[in-house]
Amino acid sequence: MSENPQLNADGSLRHLLTIDGLPSSLLTRILDTAEGFVAVNDQEVRKVPLLRGKAIFNLFFEPSTRTRTTFEIAAKRLSADVINLNISASSQSKGETLLDTVDNLSAMQADMFVVRHAQSGAAHMIARHVAPHIHVINAGDGRHAHPTQGLLDMFTIRRYKGEFHNLCVAIVGDVLHSRVARSQIHALTTLGVPEVRVIAPRTLLPVGISQMGVQVFHDLAQGLKGVDVVIILRLQNERMRGARLPSPQEYFRYYGLTPQKLAHAKPDAIVMHPGPMNRGIEIDSAVADGQQSVILPQVTYGIAVRMAVMSMLAGN
Amino acid sequence: MNLPDAEALISEMADIIRPHLTADSVLVGMHTGGVWAAERLHPLLDPAMPHGSLDISFYRDDFGQRGLHDHIRPTHLPFEVEGRDILLVDDVLYTGRSVRAAMNALFDYGRPNRIRLAVLIDRLGDRQLPIAADYAGVGVHVPQGKHIHLVREEHGGLQLRLVDVA
Repeated sequence: MSENPQLNADGSLRHLLTIDGLPSSLLTRILDTAEGFVAVNDQEVRKVPLLRGKAIFNLFFEPSTRTRTTFEIAAKRLSADVINLNISASSQSKGETLLDTVDNLSAMQADMFVVRHAQSGAAHMIARHVAPHIHVINAGDGRHAHPTQGLLDMFTIRRYKGEFHNLCVAIVGDVLHSRVARSQIHALTTLGVPEVRVIAPRTLLPVGISQMGVQVFHDLAQGLKGVDVVIILRLQNERMRGARLPSPQEYFRYYGLTPQKLAHAKPDAIVMHPGPMNRGIEIDSAVADGQQSVILPQVTYGIAVRMAVMSMLAGN
Repeated sequence: MNLPDAEALISEMADIIRPHLTADSVLVGMHTGGVWAAERLHPLLDPAMPHGSLDISFYRDDFGQRGLHDHIRPTHLPFEVEGRDILLVDDVLYTGRSVRAAMNALFDYGRPNRIRLAVLIDRLGDRQLPIAADYAGVGVHVPQGKHIHLVREEHGGLQLRLVDVA
């Protein structure tokens, strides 16, 4: 298994690029470590000294508010120095290549890169390129993966549902364009969730999706029957090329999560969304702001999960 | 070597500590041996006294050498630390580094009025920091290459054990 570019020879995590291929024990250890960091929220000084003197560069080649901010808060709570770079606005427009940018920042003594890029595989390329002491976290690459989002979703599920082995989880919406969905499916199946469903129109499902170990539904009410967890994906307007959907209104009619549709799930089912939400398109406000919604706790837990990943990488 | 009986040590220590408790006293056990010892001390000292548990993983000074420790447990301090008289409990005091980390962690929760240290075993020799216990069950010399710590058996009984350093 030393072929996995994310792992050191001893199996410890060197980079976090994708959940695909990581063992269940490692995912569980990340979640357990994150529990420890949730408790840091209770401190009067909400900081721990683990990464004092380390320089973490947030390299965002694609816009993001939530992910970039929570990575920044996580790094600051670990006492690291954080440098935020929104690259589309600077050197890339002057023609510098991605790896030249990385080399220059490495020369500024970077210890860790958090990378968001529209191109699938960008974080892998950087991870293969950097010196051995530098760690890379994929904060979303194209349609490929968004592992810390997948992990924070698992953390949220475990917090509300206790365990994984008796759950039925439904992922609803634009799976085709969603790196989040891929990371969630890998994490759910690795952690032993027996039933993972995807619910979407045919045009928003990738070819071969059923080979990922999921059940496919095209009818929302039918797919939600008896589920414990409903994960709504954002309709990725900016990724839409060509007419995959008639209109957002029609999408809402068939796939928007309303209280009536949610009633098909178990009464204690939780509703999750990775954000940012399109209210009235994939989710009704009554659900987004309702009793079963855990969308804001997801954001809060994202900080603890990112603290866990950063400190585990930095120590390996 | 003969190891003392942990349960007997704890009840002897409780008798010594009890007269020094104040209205502001709280009990804090350090994971994991210290938490077990504090759980035993708690009813013997004062069942009404607030008590919590502390994990020092985020404050250790060996992160640069060995990274983050496995099995991190959430710190749980269900009271204000500010102004309290903290009785900090660990199973063994040896180099003093864990206690240093514990004090740093506590101060990130507030400014205690006082911290006193209670340990079952004061392992003599090779203290690396200017730290001493206020209450120690017993002082012992442990041979180099050995490690002494508290274990909890299946039925819940506490026992001291000597093991080879891995």
